[in-house]
Amino acid sequence: MLQAGGVPAIANGMATAADWMSAASFISMAGLISMMGYTGGVYLMGWTGGYVLLALLIAPYLRKSGHYTVPDFIGDRYHSNIARLVAVVCAIFVSFTYVAGQMRGVGVVFSRFLEVDVNVGVIIGMIIVFIYATLGGMKGITWTQVAQYWVLITAFLIPAIAISIKLTGNPVPQIGLGSTLDPEIAGVQGITLLEKLNQIQVDLGFDRYTDTFVGSWNKVNVFCVVLALMAGTAGLPHVIVRFYTVKSVKAARWSAFWALLFISMLYLTVPATAAFARYYMIESLNGKTEE
Amino acid sequence: MSKEKITQENRNIKQKSFPDLHRLGVRASLNRYWRKNVTYTIVLLVVWAAVGLGCGVLLADRLNLYKLPGTGFPLGFWFAHQGSIIVFVLLILAYCLLMNRLDTKHHNELEQLKKEGKA
Repeated sequence: MLQAGGVPAIANGMATAADWMSAASFISMAGLISMMGYTGGVYLMGWTGGYVLLALLIAPYLRKSGHYTVPDFIGDRYHSNIARLVAVVCAIFVSFTYVAGQMRGVGVVFSRFLEVDVNVGVIIGMIIVFIYATLGGMKGITWTQVAQYWVLITAFLIPAIAISIKLTGNPVPQIGLGSTLDPEIAGVQGITLLEKLNQIQVDLGFDRYTDTFVGSWNKVNVFCVVLALMAGTAGLPHVIVRFYTVKSVKAARWSAFWALLFISMLYLTVPATAAFARYYMIESLNGKTEE
Repeated sequence: MSKEKITQENRNIKQKSFPDLHRLGVRASLNRYWRKNVTYTIVLLVVWAAVGLGCGVLLADRLNLYKLPGTGFPLGFWFAHQGSIIVFVLLILAYCLLMNRLDTKHHNELEQLKKEGKA
C-alpha cells in the first residue's frame, strides 16, 4: 500500500500536517492552552520541536537507506535482529496508543455531529475510515488529507480572525494576541490583551496567564515534558512513514519543511484562540463578581 | 533481469555506478561530506536547543521580565508560544538549503573525480 514516490513534497507536507493535526491539535489544543496559560507551551514546543529532530536526524537517512519500515532500517543499520524486534514492539505500542487517542477524537466529533453516543460515534468513524482506506490506498489518503488540511485551517482561522478583529482590531490573530485591546471593550486606553487578561486572572484568584512555572509545573517538570514530547514526536511511526513515500532524499528534507510550515499555520494561531477564549470566559465571570 | 530493473527504478536510491570506495580520493571526498553534514546538524541542533529548551523553558522566567519590542508579549511567554515555532520552521528551511547545496557540491566533486579517472 506504500506508494512508490509520486506525491510532490508540498502536497505530502500538507497531508502530513492534516493527518497529524486531525484530532488532538484541532479539537483540544486551544482549550488546553487557555486553561494552562504559559504552561500550554509544552505542547506547542514539544510537538513542533520534534519535527526539527525528524528533519535533521531521521527522515533523510531513512529515505536514503531505501527501507520501507523503521524496524527494517534499525535491523540493517545495527546488524541485529534483536534490535529489529525491539523496534517492532515499540512501533506497535506507539501506534496502539496513538490510534486509541485518534479514535476517541473521531468518536467525540461524530457523536456531536450525529447526536449519538460516543461509542457509536467511534464505530461509525471506523467504518467510514475503513471504506476510504481500502478504496483509495495511500495515494487516495494523501490527496484526501490535502483537502482536509484546507478545511481544517479555514475552520480554525475564521473564528480566530473574527475574534481578533473584535477584541483588538487586528485581523491577524497571531499579532492580535500581542496587541492592545479595543478601548471600548477594555474600558481603558492602550492596555494590551495579555496585560488585561493577567489582571483579571489575578483579581479572580488565578495565577497570571503569562506566568511561568506555577503550581506543580515547575521548571524541571516543564523541561522534561517538552523534551519528552519533542523526542516522542520525532519517533511517531505514522509520521515517519510519510517520508519514504517521496521521490528522493532532497524531497524528504523538503517534505519535513513543508509539513512543519503547514503545521505552524495552525500552531501559531492556537495561542491566540486560547487567549481570546480565556479572556471572554474570565471577563464574563469578572462581570458577575463585581458589586 | 527485469525484476532487478523494477526494484532499481522504484527505489531510486542507487546511482548508476557507485563510486569505488577503495580509491583514496573518493574516501576523502566522502569524509569531507560527512563531516560537513554533521557540523551543519550540530549547529542547527544547538540553535534548536537554545531557543526551544533554553529561551522557551529554562530562561523563560527571566525573559518574562522583558517584552517583545513593539508588542504586549512577555518575552518568555512569547518564545514558548510563538517564537520557538517560528525558529523551528526556519531551522528546517536552513537545513534543507544547506544540505541540498552540499549534496550538489559533493555530487559534482565525485563526477569530477570520475572524469579524472580517480573514482
